[in-house]
Amino acid sequence: MAIADNLRGQKRAAMTGNEAVAYGMKQIEPDVVAAYPITPQTDIVEKFSSYVADGEVDTEFVTVESEHSAMSATVGAAAAGVRAMTATSSNGLAFMWEVVYIASGSRLPIVMPVVNRALSGPINIHCDHSDTMGTRDSGWIQLYSESAQEAYDNLIQAVRIAEHPDVRLPVMVMQDGFITSHGMENLNVLEDDLVKKFIGTFKSENPLLQVNKPTTFGPLDLQDFYFEHKRQQVEGMEHAKKVIVDIAKEYEELTGRQYSYFESYRLDDAEVAIVVLSSTAGTTKVVVDELREQGLKVGLLKPRVLRPFPAEEYADALKHLKAVAVMDRSETFSTNGGPVFSELRSAMFELEERPLMTNYIFGLGGRDIWTKDIKGVYEDLFEIAKTGQVKNKVNYLGVRD
Amino acid sequence: MARITEIRWHGRGGQGAKTAALLLAEAAAIAGKYVQGFPEYGPERMGAPVTSFNRISDQPISVHSSVSKPNIVVVLDPTLLSRPDVVDGLEAGAAIIVNSEQSVEEIRVKLNLENEDIRLYTVDASKIAKETIGRNIPNTPLMGALIRVTEILPYEEFMTQMKEQLESKFRHKPEVIEGNLAAIERAYREVLD
Amino acid sequence: MSKQKPGWRDIPEGGLIINPGSAEEYKTGDWRNKRPVFDADKCIQCMLCWIYCPDNAINLDEGKVIGIDYDHCKGCGICVVECPDRAAALSLEDEHKKNEETE
Repeated sequence: MAIADNLRGQKRAAMTGNEAVAYGMKQIEPDVVAAYPITPQTDIVEKFSSYVADGEVDTEFVTVESEHSAMSATVGAAAAGVRAMTATSSNGLAFMWEVVYIASGSRLPIVMPVVNRALSGPINIHCDHSDTMGTRDSGWIQLYSESAQEAYDNLIQAVRIAEHPDVRLPVMVMQDGFITSHGMENLNVLEDDLVKKFIGTFKSENPLLQVNKPTTFGPLDLQDFYFEHKRQQVEGMEHAKKVIVDIAKEYEELTGRQYSYFESYRLDDAEVAIVVLSSTAGTTKVVVDELREQGLKVGLLKPRVLRPFPAEEYADALKHLKAVAVMDRSETFSTNGGPVFSELRSAMFELEERPLMTNYIFGLGGRDIWTKDIKGVYEDLFEIAKTGQVKNKVNYLGVRD
Repeated sequence: MARITEIRWHGRGGQGAKTAALLLAEAAAIAGKYVQGFPEYGPERMGAPVTSFNRISDQPISVHSSVSKPNIVVVLDPTLLSRPDVVDGLEAGAAIIVNSEQSVEEIRVKLNLENEDIRLYTVDASKIAKETIGRNIPNTPLMGALIRVTEILPYEEFMTQMKEQLESKFRHKPEVIEGNLAAIERAYREVLD
Repeated sequence: MSKQKPGWRDIPEGGLIINPGSAEEYKTGDWRNKRPVFDADKCIQCMLCWIYCPDNAINLDEGKVIGIDYDHCKGCGICVVECPDRAAALSLEDEHKKNEETE
């Protein structure tokens, strides 16, 4: 990690994705962090605990014996009324599953960086999105990041989104395991006091620890009330759509960096486009530029916000295309395509004229994805646009036959 | 298209191939370049052959796949020369820098490198490291050779950045800082083609 | 007769219960199949029933036991067991028997 001079409240730096997230956590300075190390998230916990040990943050760091306990301790701290964070990856997220739902169901504004990694078995430590796709219906807001810069920016914004009184939902901030987490890149980081000012102080409306106003968290909630509480959660997600955009605007004023539900890259006049999350979107941009130089009208849509799922906005961004390929770095095993594909395809249903859509499952267990693979997808898309036929609804890109 | 210099480091687990890639990325980033530095995505074991990578450019870099056609290959350990992957993807105009006491001609035969358009350089980085740092850590001297061969950064500027990086990493071991800087400087001068 | 419960807009989020002591509103008296009967003439005001009752269902008036809170008493019978033999101011009878009598 290296940090250089100051330019108007920001500093140029070179950091790995994990270092960027740990650095962001240092600036957020949560009251409580309870975390357990797991590859490839380990550096976040390691780095943050050294900030604690060196006295650079005034955070209570709880060393727990598992991810189940990490999330439980974080839930306890957030219920008590303080700003609480944890971080995990893959099987760690799977192990905290039960409590992940308790965090959202109890409306606790926890922020959790997740470094995307394949789920066992067989054992694999490398990147795919099966871990967080599994929790996409857990009631957490999900932000996906292409680079160390985006992981840092999303983390800072996540605090505001989670704690917004209209939202009060936990947020996961994703980055790709090893590719982003262990890759060093340039980024701009904010001055500490600007981060502090942007996130403000957290004031819990109903903290558990007040003698004069006792509050019960996590009561038995049966047929007569549970449904209403779930309906409220949906409303929180609905509000999150506006809050996410508002906070992105505020963040843009501070940093000059633009965020929304998704990033459209040379999409407006495109005939065909790829939809893909996270670091692969960066690789796809290179291919888009190359093909554009050859005069081919190709574009990219990189989702950032998958929960909530702003379906109309997604459909609106894609409706003018002849053919769309959704690239999923995880499987649903439905035999009907990956998670992003299924959801986007459903979002297009109301359109009178829809683009033809096809799905590519790629990069499972960290299988590298090359620019030539992505070029091949664009070639397929032009063929689909020309013939009007989708030969294969679901394709497997980069798997050996 | 943005012109990107792509570098592949070959070493054995523990020799500092990953550290070299990260240090180079940090130094180049602070000097104003766009960078990437990343290890091979694989299990890291002491002694096992490992690779790490750099991308350096004057424009933002968004590609996130591994490096398949490096402009520069740096070999930290001469015992790796018999491995075919050392010259994988090398095309005319590329360069390979080898830590070895042997001559360029001898190494060219060893690598079976017939393409004369691939430049070959040698430097005895292990000897330099032992004499300056006191241990066989060939990664920093090889960075000096890399700067000489590629001119990614002006030498003076690179040394300024390296000094800063080393000072922030080895605050409590000033002798390590001086040894490393001396190693870089010597390798910069002694690299042969 | 159950009254209309509040909608999702009108309840605290996250299942939180933010009005302390609200358990009193939840009547558990209909869980009972046996009921304790209190005989004021025999009571020696030792307060053991009041101490042991797990549902806080012993009614007091100015510090003296005056009877049972049948809205909340679940009929566990602990008060009857704890009532000293020399007093025997509490006894259990079948809930249905009482119901038949009142009909």
